[in-house]
Amino acid sequence: MKMKWVMLIILCVSGPAWAGEARPLADDPVAEARLKHLAVELRCLVCQNQTLADSNAPLAEDLRREVRDMIAKDMSDQEIIEFLVSRYGDFVLYRPPLKATTTLLWVGPFALLTIGAAALVITLRRRAHTVVDVVVTDEEHRKVEQLLAEGGKRS
Amino acid sequence: MIPEIGHFALILALCVAVMQGSLPIYGAAVGNSALMAVAKPAARAQFLLVLIAFCCLGYAFAEKDFSVLYVAATSNSQLPLHYRLAAIWGAHEGSLLLWTFILTLWMFAVTLFSAHLPETTRSRILGVMGLVSVGFLLFMLTVSNPFERLIPAAPEGRDLNPLLQDPGMVIHPPMLYMGYVGFSVAFAFAIAALLGGNLDAAWARWSRPWTTVAWCFLTIGIALGSGWAYYELGWGGWWFWDPVENASFMPWLAGTALVHSLAVTDKRGGFKVWTVLLAIMAFSLSLLGTFLVRSGVLTSVHAFATDPKRGLFILAFLAIVIGGSLALYAWRAPKVGLGGSFAMLSREGMLLANNVLLVAAMGSVLLGTLYPLFLDALDLGKISVGPPYFDSVFVPLMVPALFLMGIGPLAQWKKASVPDLAKRLKWAFGVSVVSALTLPIVLGSWTPLLSLGLLLAIWIMTTSAIGLRERLAHVNGNSLVERLASVPRSYWGMLVAHCGIAVFIVGVTMVKGFETEKDVRMNVGETASIGDYLFRFDGAQDVVGPNYTAVQGTFSVSRDGRDTTVLYPEKRRYPAQNQVMTEAAIDPGLLRDLYVSLGEPLDDGAWSVRLYHKPFIDWIWGGCFIMALGGALAISDRRYRLAWRRQEQAVPVPTRAARRKVA
Repeated sequence: MKMKWVMLIILCVSGPAWAGEARPLADDPVAEARLKHLAVELRCLVCQNQTLADSNAPLAEDLRREVRDMIAKDMSDQEIIEFLVSRYGDFVLYRPPLKATTTLLWVGPFALLTIGAAALVITLRRRAHTVVDVVVTDEEHRKVEQLLAEGGKRS
Repeated sequence: MIPEIGHFALILALCVAVMQGSLPIYGAAVGNSALMAVAKPAARAQFLLVLIAFCCLGYAFAEKDFSVLYVAATSNSQLPLHYRLAAIWGAHEGSLLLWTFILTLWMFAVTLFSAHLPETTRSRILGVMGLVSVGFLLFMLTVSNPFERLIPAAPEGRDLNPLLQDPGMVIHPPMLYMGYVGFSVAFAFAIAALLGGNLDAAWARWSRPWTTVAWCFLTIGIALGSGWAYYELGWGGWWFWDPVENASFMPWLAGTALVHSLAVTDKRGGFKVWTVLLAIMAFSLSLLGTFLVRSGVLTSVHAFATDPKRGLFILAFLAIVIGGSLALYAWRAPKVGLGGSFAMLSREGMLLANNVLLVAAMGSVLLGTLYPLFLDALDLGKISVGPPYFDSVFVPLMVPALFLMGIGPLAQWKKASVPDLAKRLKWAFGVSVVSALTLPIVLGSWTPLLSLGLLLAIWIMTTSAIGLRERLAHVNGNSLVERLASVPRSYWGMLVAHCGIAVFIVGVTMVKGFETEKDVRMNVGETASIGDYLFRFDGAQDVVGPNYTAVQGTFSVSRDGRDTTVLYPEKRRYPAQNQVMTEAAIDPGLLRDLYVSLGEPLDDGAWSVRLYHKPFIDWIWGGCFIMALGGALAISDRRYRLAWRRQEQAVPVPTRAARRKVA
C-alpha cells in the first residue's frame, strides 16, 4: 500500500517535464497522495456506498477540497479525522472506531472463531469417547451403491 | 391482455405450488404413493406456468408496454432490445420473478434427474421446493406484482439505470441466481432427509452434484459481478465489500464449506449433523442476500419502513424458512448417527477446521453487513463498515484456512501423522517460503503482505503438485498419459479448484502490491507514462449511441516506442434520466491491464484523465473461472455418470409405462 504512494510520488515528481508531458492534476502531489491515503477510508456522505476517493459527487469534491485545505494547514491525519468526525459523526469513517456500541462488531469475528474452535475440539474429544470405531464400513458403501442402483426400481 | 395472462399464470402457479408443497410431503409421511406421485407433474406444471409468466413480462418489455408499471419504471423506448429484456430483472419485482423462475427450473431439473431416488425422498424434496416457491409467489402476488398495470399508460418509460445498461446485466444476475437458488436443492435434500430421518451416506452422494453445480454458478456469478464493477464503475476496483457484494459472498462461503463437508459425509459418513446445518445455512443466506439487495433496506433502514408490507412479508418469510428449518433440525438432528471416528489431526479434522474458519469468515461478513443496520434501527448512531474493517477481519481468518488447504488433501483419513506429513511437505514448504521471500525482491518491492500472498499461492500450488505426484504413483498405467487419465475426475476437480484459489490469490496480491495510478491533466498531443507504457491523448470527439450521447477520447498507448493499442474511453450522457456515466477503456492482458477513464473536461480542450496499470488483475477472475471449472470436472466424475446411466438401465420402458398407469 505504502509502496503505491511512494511510486506514485516518484512518478509524479521525477520525469523531466519534456514538451508534451501531461501535468499531474494536483498542484502538490505529496499533499494529493496524503489526501488519497485518507480518502480511501472516508465515506462519501451522499453516495450509496462509495469512498471519498472514488466518488465523483459534487459534495465529495467539496469535502476533498476541505481535506486538502486541512492538509495545507499542516494538520496531522489524526486531527483531520477528528475534525471530520466531530462534524459528520462516525458515519464518515469506513473503519468504525472501537467504542461501546461497536465492541461486538470488532470482537465478534474472533469470538466466533474461538467459540467455533472450542466447540470443535470439545465435540471431537467427546466423540472420541463415545463413538465405537468402524461405523462407516464397506458395508455402508455397498448399501449406498445398492441404493443408487435400485432407486429406479423402488420408486 | 398479455400481462394479465402472466398474472394469471402466477396465480395458477401458486395453486400448483400449494399442492406440491403439501400433498407429496403428507403422502411421504403416511406412505401414500398416489399423493407422492403428485410431486413430479406438479413441479413440471409449475415450471411451465412460471415460464409463461416470465415470457409475458419479457413480451411486455419487448413491446414497450408502458401500461405495465414495472415496465414503465425500468425501461424506455430508446433502450436497445437486449437491455429491455435484461430489465426484467432490473428491479425488485422482476428479480423476484427471475428468482422464482429459476427455482422452478431447478425443480424441473430435479424431476429429470431423480429417477434413482426413492420415491419418498423425491416427493419430500420437491415438496420442500414447492413450499419455498409458495413463499415467493405469494410475495409477488400480494405486495410486489411485476404485472401491475399503470392506467393511464405512461407515454414514456423512466428507463433502466444507465449503470445497469451493460452486457454484465444480461448475464450476471441470472448466473448469480442460478447459484443462490441452486442451494435450494441442497436445502430441500437436507430437509427431506430430516423429515424422513434417513441421513445416510446415500443422501450425501445424491446432494453432492447438485450443491457443486450451484456453487459453480455462484462462483461464476460473483466473478462476473466483480468484473463488471471493475470496468463499469470507472475507478478500477474489483471488490468493494459493498453490502450487495457481501450478500452474494456469504452464501458462497457457506456453500464452499458445504461442498467440503458433503465430501466427508459422502466418503466417511461423518459430519452429517454439521452438513445439514450448512445446507440450511447456505440457503438461508441466499434468501437473506436476495432480500437484502432487493428490499431497499441497505440504502437505509427507513426505506424498509416506507413500504412496511413488503418488509413485514420478508421478515415473516425469512423467519418461517430459517426458524422452521432450524426447529426441525433441532428436533431431528440428535437422532442422526455420528459416523466414523477420527482423530483431530486427520483429513476429516482439517476439513472440519477449515469449515469452522469459513463459517467464522462468513459470520464476520454477516456481522459487518448487518451491524450498521441494527445500530441504526436501534437508534444507536450511524456508522459505516467498509473495506478497512473487512480487510482487517477477513484476511486473518482466511490465512489459516488457505494454509490448511495445502495440507488437508494430503492428510490421511481418520488419522494422520505429523512426522509423515512433515516429510511429505517439507519440499513444498521450503520452495514456498524461499520463493515468497525472494520473488517480491526480484519484482522490485518487498512488503510483508506481498510475501504472505505469494507464500499462500505457491504453497497451494506446490502441495497440489505433491498430491498429484503421490496419486500418480498409486494408479495403474504404463505411460504417464495413461496414469494421468486414470486419476478420477473428482480428484482433478479438487486440484483444479484449489489451483484456481492460488491463481486468484496471485491476482489479488500482485494488484495490491504493484498497481500504479495517475491522475493527470491531458491536452491533445500530451503524453503520460505509467508502468512502462506511454499514453498519448489524441483528442476527444462526440459520438452518438442508441440512447446516449458521449464524448470519446482517443489514447494511443506505446511501450518502448512500439504501439501497443489504442483506447477509447467515453463519458456518456443518458438523457432519459439525465445521468452521466464514465465508460473506462481497458486493454486486458495476461500480465497486466491498462485502464483509462475520462474525468472532467477542463479548459482549452484538456481533460482530467485517470490512468491505471494493474498487474495480474485478470488472474482474479481467471482464478474464479478455474475454481468453477474444477467444480464442473468434479461433477463429471465417473461415479455420477455411472449413476445416471444406471438410472436409465434401471428404468426400462415397460416399468415407466406401468408407473404412468399407477400415477
